[in-house]
Formats: sequence, C-alpha cells, structure tokens
Amino acid sequence: MNAIAPITLSLEPFAARLSDVKGEDRKAAAGALARTGLPTPRVEAWHYTNLRALSGRVFADAPVGFDETAAQAALTRILPPDAAIATLPRLVLVNGRFAPTLSSTDLPEGVSCTSFVQSPDFGILASPDREGMVALNTALADDGVQIIVAPGKQAGQLVLVSLALGTDSDVSFHPRHSITLGEGASLSVIEIAASENAGAYLHNPVLTCAIAEKAHLTHVKIQQEAENAVHLATVYADIAVRAAYDSFTLGLGSVMARHEVHATMHGNHAAVHVNGAQLLAASQVGDITSVIAHAAPDCISRQTVRNVLSDHSRAVFQGKVLVERVAQKTDGYQMNQALLLSPSAEINAKPELEIYADDVKCSHGATVGALDDDQLFYLRSRGIPDDQARQMLVEAFLVEAVDLVEDEMLRTVLHQTLATALSQRVGAAEKTA
Amino acid sequence: MSELLKISGLHASIDADGTPKEILRGVDLVIPPGEVHAIMGPNGCGKSTLSYVLAGREDYEVTAGSALFKGEDLLAMEPEERAAAGIFLAFQSPVELPGVNNANFLRTAVNAVRRARNAPELDAVGFLKAVRAATKNLSMADDMLKRNVNVGFSGGEKKRNEVLQMTMLQPTLAILDETDSGLDVDALRIVAEGVQNLRSPDFSALVITHHQKLLDYLGPDRVHVMAKGRIIRSGGPELAKQINEEGYAAFLKEAA
Repeated sequence: MNAIAPITLSLEPFAARLSDVKGEDRKAAAGALARTGLPTPRVEAWHYTNLRALSGRVFADAPVGFDETAAQAALTRILPPDAAIATLPRLVLVNGRFAPTLSSTDLPEGVSCTSFVQSPDFGILASPDREGMVALNTALADDGVQIIVAPGKQAGQLVLVSLALGTDSDVSFHPRHSITLGEGASLSVIEIAASENAGAYLHNPVLTCAIAEKAHLTHVKIQQEAENAVHLATVYADIAVRAAYDSFTLGLGSVMARHEVHATMHGNHAAVHVNGAQLLAASQVGDITSVIAHAAPDCISRQTVRNVLSDHSRAVFQGKVLVERVAQKTDGYQMNQALLLSPSAEINAKPELEIYADDVKCSHGATVGALDDDQLFYLRSRGIPDDQARQMLVEAFLVEAVDLVEDEMLRTVLHQTLATALSQRVGAAEKTA
Repeated sequence: MSELLKISGLHASIDADGTPKEILRGVDLVIPPGEVHAIMGPNGCGKSTLSYVLAGREDYEVTAGSALFKGEDLLAMEPEERAAAGIFLAFQSPVELPGVNNANFLRTAVNAVRRARNAPELDAVGFLKAVRAATKNLSMADDMLKRNVNVGFSGGEKKRNEVLQMTMLQPTLAILDETDSGLDVDALRIVAEGVQNLRSPDFSALVITHHQKLLDYLGPDRVHVMAKGRIIRSGGPELAKQINEEGYAAFLKEAA
C-alpha cells in the first residue's frame, strides 16, 4: 500500500493534542481537520510542498519555561546592540509563547499589545477550516501577540521576534498573531523567526491583519530558522479604502518553509505588495504562495519574488491574482524569477490569473536562468575573484527585490541579513570543498 | 625589460554551433613598457577577439602560440589574476550590472587588486577621496557612483565609467576596445585626457580604434594593421593617417 499516495495525511502527529482542545472555535477547527486531514499533494494548493515530512512523528507542546540568559544571548545575536534595529521597540516570543521579560514595555504612543492568552480572539477569519494549517493553528494556538494601532497614529517601527530556544525535536508551536490598524494609522513590523540550539521543531504561525481606511502596514519578515525546522506560516490581510499592505518576506532557513499570504482589497484605491526573496541550499524547500484578491475597483497589486537556488534546493511559487467582477480598473503585476546555481536545483512556478472584470490591467511573468557569463567575466576582469564575483551577482539579484521595500531602515536590515547569509554560505561551501 | 607584452603566433577560435571557427590566425605583437600602440583594421578582423583573449575570456580557445606579460604566461592566468598582474580591458560594450552599486563595485575591485598586489586595502574614506578626484578629472557627476553599474548609463557615460575603473585599478597595460566609438567630441576629449593622465614609463596601452581622432590625442608610438586574424603591417603614426585617407583596401591587397 505504501506505493499509493494517500488522499489524506494522518493527523497522528497532533492527534493527542487535537482530541483535548477546549472552546468552540478550537473544537470546530479540530473537527474540520478530522474531516480533511493535513493537506496532501492531492490538494491543489499543496501540490508542490509535501507535508509527508511531518508524518511518522508526534509533535509535543513546546515547553513553557525557558533559560532567560540563553534567550538574552540569542537576542543579542539576532538584534546586534550596535545595529539600528536593536533600538526599536520589540515583542518577543520564545517557543511560541509571549515573553514579557524580553519584550519592550514602552511601546510607541497609540500602540497597544496584548498576548493572545490574555484575550483569545481568532480575528477576522470567516472560516478557519478553509486552510489546513490555519485550522491546525486555530486548534492548537498557544499564544501570540495582538497589536492594535489607534486611528491616525504613525506608530513607526516594531520588531516581532519568534525565537525557538533549546527545544527538543518534535515539538510544535502555533502562535496566533493579529495586527489591527485604525483609520489613517501606520506601522512597520519586522518579523524575525529564528532559532538557537533548537531541535527539529515545527513553527506554524498565523497572522491576521486588519488595515482600516487610509492606514498603511509595512510587514517585513525574515525567516532564518534552524536547518532542520519546518516553518509553515499563513498571513491574512484585509485592506480597506486607500489603505496599503506592503509586505516582503526573506526566506533563508528551515528545511521546509512556506509563506502563504491571502490579501484581499475590500476598498477602492487600496494597494498590496507581496514581494519576497528566497536563498536556498542543500535540500531546502521554500514555498511562497499567495492569493491576492481585488474585491473593489481601482486597486493596485504588485508582486516580485526572486529565488536563488543551489544544491538540491527547490523553490515553489504559487501566485494567484483574483479580480472580482466589481474590481474594474484593477492594476496587477506579478513577476517570479529564479537563479539556478546547480543543475539539481528546481523551481516550481504556478502563476494564476482569475479575472471576472473586463477593464483591468494585469501582467505576469516568470524567468529561470543561471548567472550571466558576461557579467561574471566583467567582474573578474576587474580583479574580483570568481567566488566573490558570483556572490556579488547573487546578492545583486536578490537586492533588486529587497529594494522594493520603501522603509529605508527595514531595507538596510534586509541588506545586512542577506550579506551575512551569503558570506556564511560561501564560508560553508569552502569548508566542504 | 623591453617587452611588457609579447604575443607570438597566437591562434584562437570560438565555438560556432559546434564547430570551431578560427579568428586569430597567428598574431605577433610586442608592446614595450611606456608605449601606446594602436590596432586598426576592418570589422571582423579579430581586434576584439584579441582583446578578449588577452583579458581571459573563456569563450575563446587558444589553439597555438603564446602571450607573455612581464615574462609570465598570460594565457595560464585566470581573468582576475591578469587584472592583478596589471591588464585592464576597457570594454567596447560594457555590460550592465543591475543591483550592483557602482561605488561598492569599484571599491571591491580596487581592494581585490590591491590585496593581490600586496598593497594595503583602501578604507572607505581613502577610497572616496581617490574616486572623487578621478571622477572630477573625468567630468563625471557624483551620482554615477550611487547608481548601479552601467544601468541606464548613456553610451558616453559607460565609456567614462570604463576609464574611471582604469584610473582606479592602475594597470600597466590597458587595452581599449573602441573606447572612442559612439562618443561626441567633448566626451572623446575627456576620455583621451583620462588615458593621457595615466601615461608614464609604467603604463602602456593597446588602443583598438577605427578613428584617427583618438590617436591624434594619444600620439601612438606604433600603429598595427590587422586583417583576417593577423597583424599584416606595422609602422609609425603615419600609418593611421594613411588608413584614414586611403582605407584598408591597399593593405589588404598587399597582404593577399
């Protein structure tokens, strides 16, 4: 029987915890999961990312306490004290639970933050059972942060760190976050998912964003989790009239990662950017999946995703743009590009345009290629050694996507993170050579 | 040493749809230190191929002959080793590098070459000082350093950017592949002055050109005529004037 792909993936890894959930929402989510199981490649949205890696394991709840000194040391590494990012207010979760002792108490004026356990609210998701990983999160959500920015407040920047610290293998955490921006408010959130001395854990966060009229949310995410971790994140953003959700995700870590975004523009003249970059090696799988829905006229969506793939790594890009009948004068653009640095690297790209309005401008494209020989020769002819020249071109390819982030400070953080990741890759390659 | 570069019987071919096509068919050329030599010749005679082969481009296969630079086997070196040794190729059509900042690129190149030459690397301040002086000499706007390498540059700006790199990398042999093509008179003068500023007993240049104008500025020590992959005639600056007036026909006939 092993040769036949299962229609459903067993819930065994979470069965004990799912049978024990309390509360209506959680029970409903657990019930939905019991019917559908975890998504398998038979489900179209999961065709390229196979959760088989989770089966045969049993994921325990993450431990509640943590080593304060080790956590501080990890934060010092993630947010170096001499970097500008260290001066920003921060909210820190350790192993999926909000850690008040590591978080800033003085948040910018107009910003309030409560932890999910204080006042559990599953937010704007109409049917949490629609997506398997969201249902799993709903059933098992331990904690999370709920950030609210008062109307009209320009709240500046905020760092949200999810740290996996000293966990055993086979633990999972399912934080539930929400960000709510009042009318005309603005906030930039830089979300960092990182690990320190952690086992092969599963991180399954869900973030819901409610962005009111003329509000502007910038959401930058850096995923640099341990090389044996699995990261399966889902973001829902609801965008009102003349509001904007401007996002960028940088995927560096995890053996398997998925960043899934559902952004819906409900109001006229709203704007959505779902940009990203992935730098993958070894046998990493990195999946960026998005559903951008134009549900009102005159909205703009932009999506640029760039992937650099070495060794046996594989990137998945699934980008759906849905233009509803009312959404006339939609302006949509989508571009997915990959640089394959090894003959066994792979990209699966699936752009999808679903258009019901008749007066729209939507374009999409995809490119796959290797490093350009002319560019490489140009750099080498200027004395730059081959390795360094290749690294410069890879960095340049990704930087072009990073530079779409408008917030200068966040852009700088991304540049530095990328440069560090690239130099570590080169260092690691030299060691194995 | 009376020979900075010595090319002997150089043959090179390029892969054309699976079959090798010979482009250089026995080039002999000697450039002594401190001299400026010009190569002129009809389109397709192998001038650019010669410049690429000397700079180390991998598309070409050297099938016979040798090229010694400062007595070393140039053809055995990687492109970056040739740059460190003192070869600089100013490209006919410099490639664009989106996402690579011009100043960072230049500093990376300068320091890579300095490292290889056992010279101390330039820090940010030292580099900025040097590059500002060079851009000023070349009448380049400061913002060209902030832009991505050659991206959106006009033809003239690209050529000036090549001369800027040449100035900063301090080569002992610069190969200028039609650096004068597509330049207006003012840009041509600026580029020519950029080259003239480098003239010294430790600087030689191999100037590939179709035009008399650049040579008027540079005053070459020797002029070579190339045809069908070989140097068919060498002489003084008067050779360039003769070509300018009569064209290549007489030389080609003579060589046939």
